[in-house]
Amino acid sequence: MAAFSGAFGIQRRRVYMDRFARFLAISASGLGVALLAAILATLIAKGWDALSSAFFLLPTSAPGQQGGMLNAMIGSLMMSALGMAVAIPMGILAGIHLAEYGRAARSSTALRFLNDILLSAPSICIGMFVYEILVRPMHGFSGYAGACALAIIALPVIVRTTEDMLALVPDRLREAAFALGSPQWHVIVFVCSRLVRSGIVTGVLLAASRIVGETAPLLFTALNNQYLSFDLSKPTASLTVTIFHYAMSPYDDWHKMAWGGALLVTFTVLAMNVVARVMTSGRRNT
Amino acid sequence: MGKMLARLFAASDERSCASLAWSSWRCLPRLAAARFDFVFRSMSALCAVGVFVTLSAVLIVLAIAAWPAFQAFGPKFFVADVWNPVTDSFGALSSVFGTVVTAFLAMAIAVPIAYGIAFFLTQLAPAWLARPVAIAVELLAGIPSIIYGMWGLLALAPFVRHSLQPTLESFLGPIPVIGSLFRGPCYGVGIMTASWILAIMVLPYVATFLREIFETVPDMLKESAYALGATTWDVMSQVIMPYVRVAAMGGVVLGLGRALGETMAVTFVVGNAHRISPSLFAPGTTISSTIANEFNEATGALYTSSLLALGLILFVITFLVLAAGRLLVRMLDKDRTGMRGR
Repeated sequence: MAAFSGAFGIQRRRVYMDRFARFLAISASGLGVALLAAILATLIAKGWDALSSAFFLLPTSAPGQQGGMLNAMIGSLMMSALGMAVAIPMGILAGIHLAEYGRAARSSTALRFLNDILLSAPSICIGMFVYEILVRPMHGFSGYAGACALAIIALPVIVRTTEDMLALVPDRLREAAFALGSPQWHVIVFVCSRLVRSGIVTGVLLAASRIVGETAPLLFTALNNQYLSFDLSKPTASLTVTIFHYAMSPYDDWHKMAWGGALLVTFTVLAMNVVARVMTSGRRNT
Repeated sequence: MGKMLARLFAASDERSCASLAWSSWRCLPRLAAARFDFVFRSMSALCAVGVFVTLSAVLIVLAIAAWPAFQAFGPKFFVADVWNPVTDSFGALSSVFGTVVTAFLAMAIAVPIAYGIAFFLTQLAPAWLARPVAIAVELLAGIPSIIYGMWGLLALAPFVRHSLQPTLESFLGPIPVIGSLFRGPCYGVGIMTASWILAIMVLPYVATFLREIFETVPDMLKESAYALGATTWDVMSQVIMPYVRVAAMGGVVLGLGRALGETMAVTFVVGNAHRISPSLFAPGTTISSTIANEFNEATGALYTSSLLALGLILFVITFLVLAAGRLLVRMLDKDRTGMRGR
């Protein structure tokens, strides 16, 4: 704190230093916003033209022919939905265990820790893991394997938010319900979960937005499929993997399709993020 | 789900069941309700253990699948700078090198910017500006990694090839030692471009994390410093930073963990060349991009197993880094606040 007292020269140096730091901080923030704007602008500029009716109505095709992304969109939707259908009940129940039944247990501290690790674990490793346990034994890539990989990615997100939200419920409410003779599951389901329902839905939305944009875990599990297919036991196309193949290809019309797909995925994911954020901010204000 | 089950068990009077002031005698007999508590408790415990089972299963399955590679190459697998599918000889060094170098470079770029953003959002910006900027930064975290990859390949790489590298090379290239970092042919894709993309990707995580822990500093401490005549920067550097230093380090380490494991964005722009070059602009490879590129085309058991061994190495490295980050963050939690870092 010596710098606070003292001579005129030091005083002036501190003021200049402060101005300099402010300038750098403002530039850094400007850069952050500019990056978002640059990415979105590129996406819209290059992807907008690709979003024709063919894009939504035709399956993928060879370069040079007219095609769309219908099979990829349907594949993405089916796998994400199935993945979420597995991850939502498991994640919410696990979150309930950590926040309610096992709140004070030492094992819960360890589980929280491991869940946080799983939350940021490299998704490509999850893809390889599912390849080893599902694809290799069953001798074939399948949409089910893809959904399984996505479920593993969504699970920790839901566990984490459910637990955090339940932790916000004041104990007084639980005690009041107990005093009326409710069994604990009843208190959890009808009192605690009900109070933080929007928070839990936020977690689900965040998890969904994360897996819709995932590519790496699908590369070796769902692979790809250039035809329209509703059968998840076969290799299944997804928007993200299709974008990957198209963007890495040398064909201009495939690049254009890739930009269109990228625009669609990004805005879907960002819209989910925004909705999730609006829901929690509404909660905090009340 | 719980709600549906509850309906099954207590269907007699749904409306009173749903109300907060629920009285148990009006629903199914108490015995059934209490018994269901056991079911519900066991199910939730089972699901929680599922997280542990999943994580350990990933580790065990990868270890088993990687075993043939470790057996064939021994400890040399970690230090051999060779990746040759034709002769079936594999070593992890070039991939590990690329992974570590890109991740650290990315952190070196991202951390100062993230610090600046957090400083701006918590100390400088008026509320009407802070909120939209914070949301914009958080949305940056929501963009899927494949989009970053595409953007990097088709928008950033040409900029690096035509502008950034020639400029840097002409200024810094002639300097001995340091110059070799910037010399070489201009591909556009390479270690440097990958680091930039990674930096943009981890930036929002680190910035949001720092913002949240800066907000935990009690106002009284800051106001006391202002009352002594401190400037905003004095408060930032001498009051806030000492208060959150350990947790801030934890946040940076967590960002590093993310950067290490990132796959798709890097695959697009790293160049995918199995070699170690002194130049930052030379194409390289990382563990995750090697796997993403080669796993489906890998023929032969040893090739596949070597890729799985790379995956195991990556998983273990990120596990250790993330664990270290969590422990650092937790040190703040225990001491001062009830918050848990992201």
